[in-house]
Amino acid sequence: MGAPFRFVRSAIDTGALRGELLDAGCGGYAAFEGWVRDHNEGQSVRHLEYEAYETLAVREAERIVAEAIARFRVAHIACAHRLGDLAVGELAVWVGVSAAHRHEAFLACRYVIDEIKHRLPIWKKEHYASGDSGWVNCERCAAPHAHQHPEPLEHA
Amino acid sequence: MSAPLYGLVLSGGRSTRMGQDKAALRIGSRTQLERTMELMAPHVERAFVSVRPDQREEPLRGGFEQIADTRANLGPIAGIVAAQERFPDKAWLVLACDLPLLDAATLAFLLRARAPQRLATAFRSSHDGLPEPLCAVYEPASRRSLLAYVEAGRQCPRKFLVGAGDVELIDEPEPRALDNANTPEEHASAMSLLEQPNATAAAAARRLTVQYYAVLREQAGRREESLTTSARTARELYRELAQRYPFSLDPTVLRVAINGEFGDWTAPLADGDSVVFIPPVAGG
Repeated sequence: MGAPFRFVRSAIDTGALRGELLDAGCGGYAAFEGWVRDHNEGQSVRHLEYEAYETLAVREAERIVAEAIARFRVAHIACAHRLGDLAVGELAVWVGVSAAHRHEAFLACRYVIDEIKHRLPIWKKEHYASGDSGWVNCERCAAPHAHQHPEPLEHA
Repeated sequence: MSAPLYGLVLSGGRSTRMGQDKAALRIGSRTQLERTMELMAPHVERAFVSVRPDQREEPLRGGFEQIADTRANLGPIAGIVAAQERFPDKAWLVLACDLPLLDAATLAFLLRARAPQRLATAFRSSHDGLPEPLCAVYEPASRRSLLAYVEAGRQCPRKFLVGAGDVELIDEPEPRALDNANTPEEHASAMSLLEQPNATAAAAARRLTVQYYAVLREQAGRREESLTTSARTARELYRELAQRYPFSLDPTVLRVAINGEFGDWTAPLADGDSVVFIPPVAGG
């Protein structure tokens, strides 16, 4: 089993990541894939680049994973995030969770991807068909998002 | 066209907390009053000591041109009002006499930054971001509003500058230069700083590493640098760097990391620290 979160500079190997989650005690597995979309806020996106403050991002990601495991009582979590140049359609981020039951797996997966997006020092520069480019959330001093997570359901 | 500049050193305080006359405290062989007058002299056409009427004959103050307060129990603002009344068409460089760490470079910096078309030019305090009213230039245009302020029963010169609106505020090049000394302990602490050569700069300077990411990396034109700074906190450091680089982001939208962990904008920085400013994130 590798570290729960890692940065990669070439295609994310989702099969290997999924393999890390296999566990005879788990009956549910949920995964999220984030893909590069060809448009954002009315602009046509050609490609984008990701940059991260890697040491702090990895530490913060490990905290997020620990929080999700404590909060939703899931068995295993694995995540990967791409860095560098990505083309439209490529896989940018992957989160997978295995758990005894599907419900916690879904909740934990949702929690981890949301927290990754809001807390990790990762930045995305979009390159548009118009020739323009811009750092997402930085060009207009965007305020931080408010976001909430549901509490886990109790299992009998 | 800027108005001719006169100088006013405020020495009319009661020095209650110090327990002795602050103007007469010694820095080396000179009193604070003499030292402040000397610092001021190269910049002004005439220099005056602001006194209370009962201080006129004191030997320390008697050797200088004086302007006596015309209003009692108003504090330092009375001195500024009296000076403007006597020479309404002059601009005034106003200095408190209890700034033992004020140096020629800081004063020269203020005068280079002077904006004569505005009401006043003052430093922004490195402690609280508010204007420093007692090391500042007051233009003739400020006279009416200052008088109205006093006649409305108010006397805080800092709040006057906050409310005056059209004031040029500049950052201190040396954050401790305007620390005033109101108590014997504060004066002793300033004296110990001054005892070392190049003391204030040496005491305040620290060597830091700064890394830049994303939009800040592009605007700084670099990924990383080592620098020597007198900035005491990440907030002061960002303010200093924002003068050097065309940073577009307001610090309120940034986070800061110190030595690899999310940190506090106002925590003291130590020599050798590594600092990263974190623009709004967009992972996933």
